Formats: sequence, structure tokens, C-alpha cells
Amino acid sequence: MLIADLRTAVRDHLDDDATAWLDRALTEAATTPRWEADFAAAARHCRRSHHPELADATRILLLHTARPDMPTLTRLYAHGTAAERRAVLLALAHLEDVGPDALPLVEDALRTNDTRLVAAAVGPYAARHLDAHGWRQAVLKCLFTGVPLDVVADWPARARGDAELARILTDYARERTASGRDFPADLTRVLAHTTPEEP
Amino acid sequence: MYVAGVRALVEPSFWLGQPRTSPASFYDYFDALLGWEPFRAAQHGIAHHCTLALNPKEANDPRCLPVLDELPRYLVKDGVVAVGEIGYDAMTPAEDTALSAQLQLAADHGLPALVHTPHRDKAAGLARTLDVVHESALPTDRVLLDHLNETTVRAATDSGCWLGFSIYPDTKMDPDRMVRVLREYASERDRILVNSAADWGRSDPLKTRHVGEAMLAAGFTDDDVDQVLWRNPVAFYGLSGRLDLDVEDTTPQATHEGNSILRGAPVTTATRATEEGR
Ligand SMILES: [Zn+2]
Repeated sequence: MLIADLRTAVRDHLDDDATAWLDRALTEAATTPRWEADFAAAARHCRRSHHPELADATRILLLHTARPDMPTLTRLYAHGTAAERRAVLLALAHLEDVGPDALPLVEDALRTNDTRLVAAAVGPYAARHLDAHGWRQAVLKCLFTGVPLDVVADWPARARGDAELARILTDYARERTASGRDFPADLTRVLAHTTPEEP
Repeated sequence: MYVAGVRALVEPSFWLGQPRTSPASFYDYFDALLGWEPFRAAQHGIAHHCTLALNPKEANDPRCLPVLDELPRYLVKDGVVAVGEIGYDAMTPAEDTALSAQLQLAADHGLPALVHTPHRDKAAGLARTLDVVHESALPTDRVLLDHLNETTVRAATDSGCWLGFSIYPDTKMDPDRMVRVLREYASERDRILVNSAADWGRSDPLKTRHVGEAMLAAGFTDDDVDQVLWRNPVAFYGLSGRLDLDVEDTTPQATHEGNSILRGAPVTTATRATEEGR
């Protein structure tokens, strides 16, 4: 989604105090490093609005406004709580200056078992920059940990004609079946896209 | 714990049984308290917060002291609701320094402090703890003195601090003694907290519930139990301004419908039914 739409949606949800906080924080984010304290404190400022996505959304707005360089972005992730790391990952799609250098952050998140981090890692940035092996492993990890396929950005396009992905998924389905377990319906959906012809 | 009625917990950073030898071990530990642990608790419907500090025991190892310089970047985090556990173990000069430095950190970050009182030489340890608290920038009504017992509760009460009791299977305090303390110090009931542990020693996280049951069996009301087991800890840790008792839904949402801000779906007002403070 567009940043302008995100900003509107956030403002629709925040109470007056939190709106004033966000306005000040965004103004500072454009000019001073002090915004990093607001990045850390987002949840307690949005808390009274009781919407689980507001902290993520305001942090994305701060990152988009501050446009941190790669060392700063890496530090914010490395020093971040799970919620802050999630916001960094979600913001990658909105940070036009960030090239493939942020891939280690995505790879770090994909190694966790925090499904919210995994879900945040497989957005448009991962679709654009993960190599074939990394992307297949990311899809498998989602199926494995219950992250819904529809969270994976651009999956139909990237899965199309991917014979190796088809092999991995078929093996996984066989393993599940052999152990008497179901495999996720999402697996069948991806698999259908891996055939060379349009499904 | 959820089945037993636990809906929120505060996990204090503490000694793990095996001494740490480098600051990095602390940072991984703090990161877990702000990363994996809240996720793990939320999966079971429990809101998770933490208190962070260099604990008294390890404050004596010079290799661990750099933690004090790194704490400020952790103390700004949303999930941190107090500085702790701080306090005395063996009452050494190194512990003096760490205690006063971290009381100042609490004051600087708008956080209350969770203060461990020592297990050995307890009465003298409490007196020395109170001296340092009184010299600090932190007012006593933002200090929780923990691990109190029959010999220290009077002096702790007179100090104006919050009163913490740690319920264990064999050590510190047990549910029936706790009920006697609650009866004797009835006028202080609005600042008494009880806690339980799942730590390096013999411990049982459900001891808090056992206290509630013992209170009811002894004739205390549901409201008394609610005050001691819920309202008082919510009030004390709420001093941080960071207590958030909504439990995050850990299921990644794929739906493009409903009130998703991040996915640009139609905006409606918040769905979460929340009674503040419950
Ligand atoms: Zn302790």
C-alpha cells in the first residue's frame, strides 16, 4: 500500500494525544536522530487506541520519513525488540534507497520461529531481492510454520514454472502424508502454480 | 499458567544459575525478554513484560560491568516496565555502585525499580538498601522491595516502598504465611504484591494462584484477591506508562478484509474489547 494511504489510515485510528505525538515525531524524523527514541516508544503512544497494527504502522511512517542509511537500519533491527524488527522488515518495501543490502535482515527474520517476523520478512522486498534458493526456503518456512501464503508477496509470479520448488513441495507433502499428517491447503495452491503452463 | 488464570506477567531479568562471563550474554538474554518471550507468552494468551538490569550477583564480576553502559538503549523499549532486579546479594562495594547507578537509570527513564532484598543478613541488607534508595533520585513510591518476610516487612512498610513477597515451594515465603502477613498488614493491602517464579531453583509459577486460594480459604473476599494479585501489580508496573494488557494475536493475518491498517483494507474502529486494567 502507499505511504499516503497508510498515513491516513493511522490518523483515522489514533486519539488526539497520539496524533500530536506522531506529528511531532514525524517532524523530528525528517531532521534529527531523536526520532529513534520515538521509534522505540511507538507502542506505548498508540496503546490507548487498542489496535494491534498501529505501532507497526507508525514505526513504518517514521522509517519512511527518516530514510535511515543502511548501517542505521541494520542497527535498528539488531537492537530492536521483535516489534521494532517487524517494523523494519515491513518498511523495506517503502524505502526506495535500500537495495539488496538489507537482505541479511530478511534472512535473519526467516531463521526465527516468530511467525510475525517471518510474515513481515516475505513482503515485496523479499520477492524482489531473495535469490531462487532463498525464496523457495522462505515459502517452505511459511508453509511449515503456518504463515498464510497470501502474506508472501508476488508468490504466483515467482512460483510459476519453478520445477525445483515443485520438487521441494512434493517432497514435503510426501513426508507429511507418510507421517499420517495433513499438509496445508496453501501447499496445493503453490504447487499448482509451479507447472510450466498457466494453471 | 493461562488455565490457572494468568493473563499477564512481568519477567524480571535475574541470575540464571550459571554465571555469565560476558556482556554479550546479557544482551542476548535481554533481546530474548523483548523478542521471543513476549511472542511465546502471547501464543498462550498471556501479555508479557519484563524488567531489565544487571543483577546484584553478577554486578560483582568486572567482566559484566559494561552492561551498565548499554542498559540505557534497552530501558527505552516498550516492553520494559521497571529496572530490576537490582539490590544486594553479598553487600559488596561493587553492589553499592551498581544499585545506585541503576536507581538513577530508573529515574532517568521514568521507570519504577524492582529491588531484590538479600537472602543472607536480610535485615541489615534491607537497611542498607533503604539508605541507597533514600539517597537516590527515585522516590520510594516508585520502588518495590521484593523477597520480604516476617522479619523485614515492618521496616519495609515504614519506608513507603511497595511491598513484594516471593512465594516458593521451600524458601522465601509460602501461601499460608502470606495470608498471615496480609491479615496483619491489612492497612497496607493496596501496596502489597505477591509473585512466583520459574527460575534456577525449586520454584513454581502457580504459587500466585495458591496465594489467592489460601486467601479465599481464610475468609478474604474476591475483591481482596483481585487487589493483591491483579490491581496492585497493574498499578505498580503501570507507573512505567508502558503496561499494555492487550494480548497480541500471534497468528499472521492473510485476510485482505476486516480492519487491517497495514494492508490498506477498509478502516473500521478497533475491534478489541478491552477493559482497561483487566
Ligand atoms: Zn531476587
